[in-house]
Amino acid sequence: MRELVCLLLACWAVDGWGQALHSAIERGRYLAAAGDCAACHTADGGKPYAGGRPVPTPFGTIYSTNITPDKQTGIGNWNEDQFYKAMHEGIRADGKHLYPAFPYPWYSKLSRGDVDAIKAFLEAVPPARQENKESELPWPLSVREVMSGWNAMFFKKGEYEPDPKQSAEWNRGAYLVEGPGHCGACHTPKNGAGAVKTRENLQGGYGENWYATSLTSDVRDGLGDWSLDDIVKYLKSGSNAKAAATGPMAEVVENSTQHLSEADLRAIGVYLKSVAGPAEAKAPASDQQRLARGAALYHDQCAGCHMEDGSGQAQVFPPLKANAVVQAKEPGTMLHMILDGARIASTATNPSALAMPAFGWKLSDEEAADLATYLRAAWGNKAAPVSASDVKKTRERMAKAAQTK
Amino acid sequence: MAKKLPSADVVLVGFGWTASILAQELTNQGLSVLALERGAFRDTVPDFGVDHIQDEYRYAVRDDFVEEPERETLTFRNSANETALPMRHIGSFRPAVGAGGAGVHWNGQNWRFLPSDFRMRSHTLERYGKSFMPDDMTIQDWPVTYEELEPHYDKFEYLCGISGKAGNVGGKIMEGGNPFEGARRREYPLPPLKRSYATVLFDQAAKELGLKPFPCPAANTSKPYKNFYGVQMGECTFCGYCEWFGCGNYSKASPQSTIFPVLLKKGNFELRAHCDVTRVQLDSAHKQATGVLYVDAMGREFEQPAELVILSAFTTHNVHLMLLSGIGKPYDPVRGEGVIGRNYAYQITSSVDVFTNELLNPFMGAGALGQAVDEFNGDNFDHGPHKFVGGGYIALWTTGGRPILQHKLPEDAPTWGAGWKKSMKENYLKNCSIATHGSVMSYRNAWLDLDPTYRDEYGDPLLRMTFDFHDNEHRMSKFLTDQAAAIAKAMKPRSMHVKQRKGHYAIVPYQTTHNTGGAIMGADPRTSALNRYLQSWDVPNVFVMGACAFPQNAGYNPTGTVGALTYWAVDAIVKQYLKQPGPLVHA
Repeated sequence: MRELVCLLLACWAVDGWGQALHSAIERGRYLAAAGDCAACHTADGGKPYAGGRPVPTPFGTIYSTNITPDKQTGIGNWNEDQFYKAMHEGIRADGKHLYPAFPYPWYSKLSRGDVDAIKAFLEAVPPARQENKESELPWPLSVREVMSGWNAMFFKKGEYEPDPKQSAEWNRGAYLVEGPGHCGACHTPKNGAGAVKTRENLQGGYGENWYATSLTSDVRDGLGDWSLDDIVKYLKSGSNAKAAATGPMAEVVENSTQHLSEADLRAIGVYLKSVAGPAEAKAPASDQQRLARGAALYHDQCAGCHMEDGSGQAQVFPPLKANAVVQAKEPGTMLHMILDGARIASTATNPSALAMPAFGWKLSDEEAADLATYLRAAWGNKAAPVSASDVKKTRERMAKAAQTK
Repeated sequence: MAKKLPSADVVLVGFGWTASILAQELTNQGLSVLALERGAFRDTVPDFGVDHIQDEYRYAVRDDFVEEPERETLTFRNSANETALPMRHIGSFRPAVGAGGAGVHWNGQNWRFLPSDFRMRSHTLERYGKSFMPDDMTIQDWPVTYEELEPHYDKFEYLCGISGKAGNVGGKIMEGGNPFEGARRREYPLPPLKRSYATVLFDQAAKELGLKPFPCPAANTSKPYKNFYGVQMGECTFCGYCEWFGCGNYSKASPQSTIFPVLLKKGNFELRAHCDVTRVQLDSAHKQATGVLYVDAMGREFEQPAELVILSAFTTHNVHLMLLSGIGKPYDPVRGEGVIGRNYAYQITSSVDVFTNELLNPFMGAGALGQAVDEFNGDNFDHGPHKFVGGGYIALWTTGGRPILQHKLPEDAPTWGAGWKKSMKENYLKNCSIATHGSVMSYRNAWLDLDPTYRDEYGDPLLRMTFDFHDNEHRMSKFLTDQAAAIAKAMKPRSMHVKQRKGHYAIVPYQTTHNTGGAIMGADPRTSALNRYLQSWDVPNVFVMGACAFPQNAGYNPTGTVGALTYWAVDAIVKQYLKQPGPLVHA
């Protein structure tokens, strides 16, 4: 009898502990998806979370690291405190500074419980033996101590503090956007030191050579005329009637947002809808001859899918009329798509991954500029004209990015 | 010596329409499925991108998507007393190469056969008596009825997002559809395409003659469409580049635009491109397939073991592979025995070019944008006075107005120089053509076998085709052409040009890629290669897809029926064969 009780107790203890661990892993997996860890820490065709993916920055290429529990090459020897310090302060287990290509300025806002859950999940990932690659940064940036100065100037550590004046839903959304989601890493403009301009939060910025559009309430180039349902649908399926996720955002939807609960996506929407945009700048007028040439190119090359009136085909080919990417402050993403084509995110609910072919081989810089200028002025669109040198610069950036891959 | 590879549950030979459907359905059952495709992998973007696909010279003239005869061809003769010679240029029909198969470059003309087509022999005997059929006509009943195939026709149509108007829903005749069609369970997934002006003129003329014209069922989407696999298609833009081209707009149904996005993500599916299957390997008793032999692009030979081998290549290639592998008894026309190669048939077509005073703008077209009448198809009319079996639809298609191959000039126009240019200028925008699409019956002296002389690059004998048009087909085609000319005349044209098909079948001018038979399905293993589930009578773990299973050809394009048969067969494989592998029909 006594043995039986002991056995039962032992079972209960193991099982009880196992369940707690299991739920921590599940929570961690969800948060790892929300944080899109895999986007950087899993290389194309590589083992999950084994790192090695090149992350281009304006200063040089940084390679993501192995965060599997492998004890030699991963983070299998790190304890919870060390992991928290990396996430919260950007300092590794060996005391050295991490570069902010790892978005600790956002991850710092995560609660300790959430960070521990992510660690529990990463402990459960299959360990992969894969050495980290040295980053390719020039001196003095290659000396990690430099980052303490950067941190002093641009980084404020601290967990997210809820705003008591806002709803629980708004606060959840703000936590996800400003914490794990690290949306601002791309969607906020950066200064010369690569730090985000906090006063221009989510007003649009560059990420991986693509211009990430404004997430503010600007009607023209932000989310002003998106409903909450539009935002949820976009993040869940990769497209809605107004836009489709392509480029790096397609990866964000595929690896991250499609896995989030509808309640969380709605919370993200509630928060984003509250972010005010800047006062509208007046777009300079475009040259009429350039517009006429652009219109001709549009009808020849684009109208078949995007339709004569730029209205697109709902859920299939995004409208270019009233499109935020087309009217973005920087034309980089639109030019990238014209020159190199694009593929819509492939998700569980919308697997097709419809794609647009590249036109860069048949359009000259001048022609691509004419076309882009027309798109930014047609059907009520309003944005500054695009020059041939903008196109040239985009081609150069694309060529450079292709080299890093 | 071939290198032996790890076994797969299912090996598919070829990766076109039928293989894509099989792969999607069988991987859903948890099986590991491997497709071996002799051509390249291709996807909508970049391979069919709208930035370059409208290149008529590359695709339609230089046959970019079509098999190269220097790699694979057949020998041909009209009759047994001739010596067959190799076909050195693609001509009368154009088998595809590459992922998606001919599903990439078809027009999208997607039909069902008539209920009576499936009882061709019994129906003819019942209505017209035995003396009505020529002695050497070897037509047979299908071992499956229209009613049995109906759910599978429906499934293929909803896979593709067919645009059309039903003529018979559950027995109720619907205004505006084809009143002769078999009962269908529901409307087409999408409404008909927008009309071209030429089809409006055809429609008016046909109605004046008391006929009942209807919009042709089209695998070109009239609206955006998401199919039951979750794959999204766009709306057709009438660019006029369907046939011989891949669709860059995701609006012509193809394996790429309806199945690939979900199939290619599956961990239990694998495609190996540039792999040419040369044999199905059998056990020593020739009762069981053990796998296939194939050669890759490096010239290396591999042995791929599999539990189930499904031939899903083009009609003639399936038959060729069965003959080379020793699956079933080869057909002997002298004794009228054997089954592999038996009942090869084709399609007989003709046309009437119509030149109008009105602008028709033929360049705004789609592969299956057409208006048709079905009064003269199958047994929709009394054949008694006409003394022939079979029929066909008559349709005016506006498939496009491509500059090189799609222009028509009046019969008396000069064929070169300034006169030709003048005539071209006058007629390019003011012409259309009415097509007839006739059935071809099967005959004792039309068959496929191995050529005694010519060999392919692997040293194997080429397939030999022995085929000619028979009097029955010429009489039928003349009758159809006369009806088409009557409709053309009722369109009150400026002039017209009747192009009746006469004389021997020639393998040189392009006609259709609607080759049928050679490994036909039937109820009796003495007169068929496959049972009603497309399973080989002789080697039960080999199934054979495609139009090679048709006992004879009907007066419609084959793809709809090929799609329906595939869903019918895979349903039997899943519900019966996988539970108890072995013959599904005991003769």
